[in-house]
Amino acid sequence: MKIYTYDNTFEGLLTCVFECYNRKDFPVDICSRTGEQRYLFVEKIDIETNPQKAERVWKGIQKQLSGKNKQLLFYAFLSEEMGIEMKIYRFLRRLFSGHLNLETDYGDSDVLYLTQTSQKVKKEAMRMLQFVRFQRTKDRMFFCGIEPKYDVVPLILDHYKKRFADQKWLIYDLKRNYGVFYDKDKVEEVEISKKQFNTLTGQVNKQLLDDSEDFYQKLWRSYFKHITIEERKNLRLQRQHMPRRFWRYLPEKQGEKK
Amino acid sequence: MSKDKVHEKLKILSDAAKYDVSCASSGSNRANTGKGIGTGVACGICHSFTEDGRCVSLFKILMTNNCIYDCAYCVNRRTNDRPRATFTAQEIVDLTIGFYRRNYIEGLFLSSGVIKSPDYTMERMVQVAKKLRNEENYNGYIHLKAIPGASRELINEAGIWADRLSVNMEIPTELHLKKLAPEKNYPDIISPMGQIRDSILMAKEERQKYRKAPRFAPAGQSTQLIVGASPETDRQIILLSSGLYKKQNLKRVYFSGYLPVNSYDQRLPAINRPPLVRENRLYQSDWLMRFYHFKAEEILSEDQPFLDLDVDPKLGFALRNMHLFPVDINRADYEMILRIPGVGVQSAQKIILARKHRRLNSLHLKNIGIVMKRAKYFITCNELPAHRIDWEPQRLKHKLLCEMDSKYKKSLDTQLKLFTDFRQALPPLH
Repeated sequence: MKIYTYDNTFEGLLTCVFECYNRKDFPVDICSRTGEQRYLFVEKIDIETNPQKAERVWKGIQKQLSGKNKQLLFYAFLSEEMGIEMKIYRFLRRLFSGHLNLETDYGDSDVLYLTQTSQKVKKEAMRMLQFVRFQRTKDRMFFCGIEPKYDVVPLILDHYKKRFADQKWLIYDLKRNYGVFYDKDKVEEVEISKKQFNTLTGQVNKQLLDDSEDFYQKLWRSYFKHITIEERKNLRLQRQHMPRRFWRYLPEKQGEKK
Repeated sequence: MSKDKVHEKLKILSDAAKYDVSCASSGSNRANTGKGIGTGVACGICHSFTEDGRCVSLFKILMTNNCIYDCAYCVNRRTNDRPRATFTAQEIVDLTIGFYRRNYIEGLFLSSGVIKSPDYTMERMVQVAKKLRNEENYNGYIHLKAIPGASRELINEAGIWADRLSVNMEIPTELHLKKLAPEKNYPDIISPMGQIRDSILMAKEERQKYRKAPRFAPAGQSTQLIVGASPETDRQIILLSSGLYKKQNLKRVYFSGYLPVNSYDQRLPAINRPPLVRENRLYQSDWLMRFYHFKAEEILSEDQPFLDLDVDPKLGFALRNMHLFPVDINRADYEMILRIPGVGVQSAQKIILARKHRRLNSLHLKNIGIVMKRAKYFITCNELPAHRIDWEPQRLKHKLLCEMDSKYKKSLDTQLKLFTDFRQALPPLH
C-alpha cells in the first residue's frame, strides 16, 4: 500500500497527480502532510510541490472543462473536506482518459460530490459578500474580522477591490489567522501579530474606532429594528437565510443582548 | 446635522417604508468608474435579514411620510395621526454612503409620500440620486419610485440616474382603486409604466449601436400589488401580472399581503392576520410563469378563481392533469420535466445533462436533490415503478397532504379556530 503526501496546497495536489502519471502509479490515498495521520502501515511517499508540473496539469484541466466549470476542482479543494483529494484524483483520471463533458455526469457519485462541494464553497463565498461588516478606525481604515467555514477570502478579493476602490480596507480571517489589506492601489496578504481587536467577534478596540462609527452602528441597529413588520414575524426564516454563526459579527444583532 | 434629529427621522421614515416589499438589488452590473465607490452585482446581494425573514438588501427609506393623498390601504394617509418627518437630500446621501462604506447595504431604495405635487416630490427624489452619482461618485444600486402623475421629463431623468424604477399599482383593478384611493387615477399609473418601458427598450437599442450610450434603468422596472385589500380573485391577479410581464416588460411583480394598518376604515376587509399563505401561493405561481414555462391560463382555469391554499400551484396543476403523467425522466423534454412536482429548475437542468451519460434511476434522482416524496407519483425512471395503483387525484392529494409537514399549517393559518379556547367542562378524572 502506497500513499502520496503533499503540502496542503492545490499546487501540491496537482503535482501529486502529475507524479501518479509520471510513475505509472495509483496510490491508495493522497493525504496532506499538515493534517492528522490517517494510516499506520503504509508506504508514505512525500511529493515535493513543483509549480511547473502543477501548471501542466492545470492547463490540461482547463482544456477539458467547459467555461462555467473551469474552477470546479479548485473550489471543491478549498472546502478542505476529508478525502477530497482522492475524489479529485479519480475525477482527473476519468477526465484525462478522454471522457467528454465529464463535469455534467451527475449520476456519478464523485462528480456529484465535487459539484455539490464546490457549490458549498461558492455559497460560503457569497455569504462573505453578504455578512462582512466594516468598522471604521481612527486612521480611516475599514476593518472586518470574520470566520468563514471554508478558506474563501481569496475568492472575494476582487469584489471588494472593485466596490471599495477609494477606501482602505482589511478583511481578516479570524480562524486561519491571516487577512487581506487594500491600500487604494493593490491588495496584499497580511498577518497581524499584535491584535487590537477581539479575536472572537472581530470587534476593534473602542479607543481605536472612528468617532462616527458608533453613530452609524446605532443608526443601523434602529433601522434594522424599525424595518421589521411585527405581524409577519418568522424567526425560522431569518435563521435559515442568516445562520446564527454570523450573528456575532453583525452590528444589528449585537445591540439586542446588551 | 444634529445626530439625534437624524436618528429620530430615520426611525419614523424606516417605519413608514417597511410596507414596500420590493428589495431586490439584482439586474445591474454597473461598474465602478474612476475609482469611486460602489458596484452593481447582477445577481444581487442580501446583506441582512429582519425578524420577519425578509431580506435587507437596499436601504429602504421614505423621503417623507407627509402625503397629500388619503388612500385607505396606506399607513401614511393624510388623515392618520402619526409622527411625520422629512429628510433633506444631503441627509439621505450621507446615510446611504455611511452605510454603504460599511457594507451594510447594497444600495438605496428611495420612495416617498407625495408632498405639494407629484412633480415637486419627484424632483426632490431625482435630486438625491443625482447627488449620489455626481458628487459622491457612487456607482452602487439605486431604486427610485416613480410617483404617479409626475411629468415625463422628471421620470426620464430618474431613469438616467437610477438602476431600477418602479410604479406601484397597489390595487389590481381600476374599479377598486377608485373606491380605496379616490384621488388617484388608473391612467396616471399605467402611462409612466409605458414610458419607462419604451425608454428602456430605446436605451438598450442605442447601446447596441454605441458602446457609450447612456443607460436607462438597466435593472428594469417593477411594481407591487396589494393582495387581500380588495376582493379581486387570484385568477385576476395572475392574469394581470402575466399581462404586465408581457406587455409592460416588467422585471418583477411583487405581491404584498394586506396588513390591516387602518382597521377603522370600513371599505377594507376585517382580518386579523395578513393572508401570508395566499401571498406565498401567488409568488409560487409567479415563479411558475417566470422560470417554469407555465402560462397564466394553465395555473388557474376559468372555473377556478382562487389558488388552492393546501397545495402549491405546481402540484395543483399536476393533480388536475394526471393524464400527462407519469413522465419518463430519461426521455421527456425539459418543459415536461419542469412540470414534475418536486423537481426544481436546477435539478431539471441537472437531469437533462446527466442523462446523456447514463440512464438515471431513483437513487440518482434522490442524490441530485429531487424531492422523491412527491415526485415518485409522477415519474418513471430506469427501474420498476415503486407503486402500481393509478392514483385518483383527490386521494393522492390527501395522501401527500398527510405526509407533508407544512411550515404554514399551524402558525400562519388565517382561518379562525372554533375551539381554540376550548376548556373541558369537567375536571380530568386523574
